[in-house]
Amino acid sequence: MRKRWLELSVGLMIVAGVSALIALALQVSGGNMSRNTQNYAITALFENAAGLGPKAKVTMAGVTVGEVVAVGIDPNALMAQVQMEIYGQVDYLSIDTSASILTSGLLGEKYVGLTVGAEDDVLVDGDVIEDTQSALVLEELIGQFLLNFGDNT
Amino acid sequence: MINFIADLGAVAVGKLVRIGEALLMLLQALVVRPKVSSFSRLIQQLYVVGVQSLIIMLVSALFIGMVLGLQGYTLLSAYGSEQAVGQMVALTLVRELSPVVAALLFAGRAGSALTAEIGLMKATEQLASLEMFGIDPLHRIVAPRFWAGMISLPLLVAIFSLVGIYGGHLVAVDWLGVYSGSYWGNMQQAVDFNEDVLNGMIKAFVFAFLISWTALYQGYSCTPTSQGISAATTRTVVYSSLAILGFDFILTALMFGGTV
Repeated sequence: MRKRWLELSVGLMIVAGVSALIALALQVSGGNMSRNTQNYAITALFENAAGLGPKAKVTMAGVTVGEVVAVGIDPNALMAQVQMEIYGQVDYLSIDTSASILTSGLLGEKYVGLTVGAEDDVLVDGDVIEDTQSALVLEELIGQFLLNFGDNT
Repeated sequence: MINFIADLGAVAVGKLVRIGEALLMLLQALVVRPKVSSFSRLIQQLYVVGVQSLIIMLVSALFIGMVLGLQGYTLLSAYGSEQAVGQMVALTLVRELSPVVAALLFAGRAGSALTAEIGLMKATEQLASLEMFGIDPLHRIVAPRFWAGMISLPLLVAIFSLVGIYGGHLVAVDWLGVYSGSYWGNMQQAVDFNEDVLNGMIKAFVFAFLISWTALYQGYSCTPTSQGISAATTRTVVYSSLAILGFDFILTALMFGGTV
């Protein structure tokens, strides 16, 4: 009987441990596995990508459709080159889609917002978005404001 | 001066010899064809090492989760973002606190007991008498305890994380009034299973290896006297705690250093 109780408690611990791991997978991370399969990569060139980094969200109409993989400089255009990965099921971004760097809240993180255009052809793996709008840099904005202010008086 | 450098060298060589001995002991204990009878000894050790550590893990996990919920709430409500308390509690626990705290508790609760047990077996010449019977004490005594440590610590860490997260839920949601949906929702958005949960489990496996190995070697190689056993038990707790904290930094730097 003693031995049975011992085996029972060990079995219970193993069941509890494994189900805790499963609960961590489902409840805590929301079944949020890194989805690397069938995602496709697109690139966008920005005048200024200040504050944007890897893992930043890529959204369309406020819904997350991908994430930023890398931010670098395109040596030919001398612009910021933002590589993004878009989820495979989002296969309806037209080739005249425009990208802009937005901020969530006043001081929040930067993310990329996509606005779909009217063309029938869609973006495929390796395409480049031409129509972009850069990050809002607060210092430049203040500088411009002061400049205008100086002109008016 | 020369003498000092020579002494330093002697200490270093001595330590290296000890590590080599410990590695040899582990290899001799583990490289063996498993038998059916060794399975019941493993169950026995799983009970001693794992199940008996469960209570202390559950209680400390609950309190650590509650403290995290409370601290997170006071800190985050200053910025008006107390909904983020869920992701703070979960990420802190899953990435760092569960593996490290559970391992430290495990070293104190189970590691020291293993060292004392094996040390006493050595002092009372039980190990020697096993050898007289032609039974290798490494296979009979050391191997099941090692595997029990390797199996139970990761399980305990998973339980620890989950209980801690519910402890944080208890304080933040039930007592302080954070909306339950945003507690879980922010958490699910922020926690990635592969990146956070599995990396935490990898840490747990590494710590389990370090603790079991240290504890068993210290017990197996201790001076078979009362002072020797007491010194070996102390060394087990000190060495494995230091190893846990040191390796935790290295593992964190490898896992999260590049992206965060």
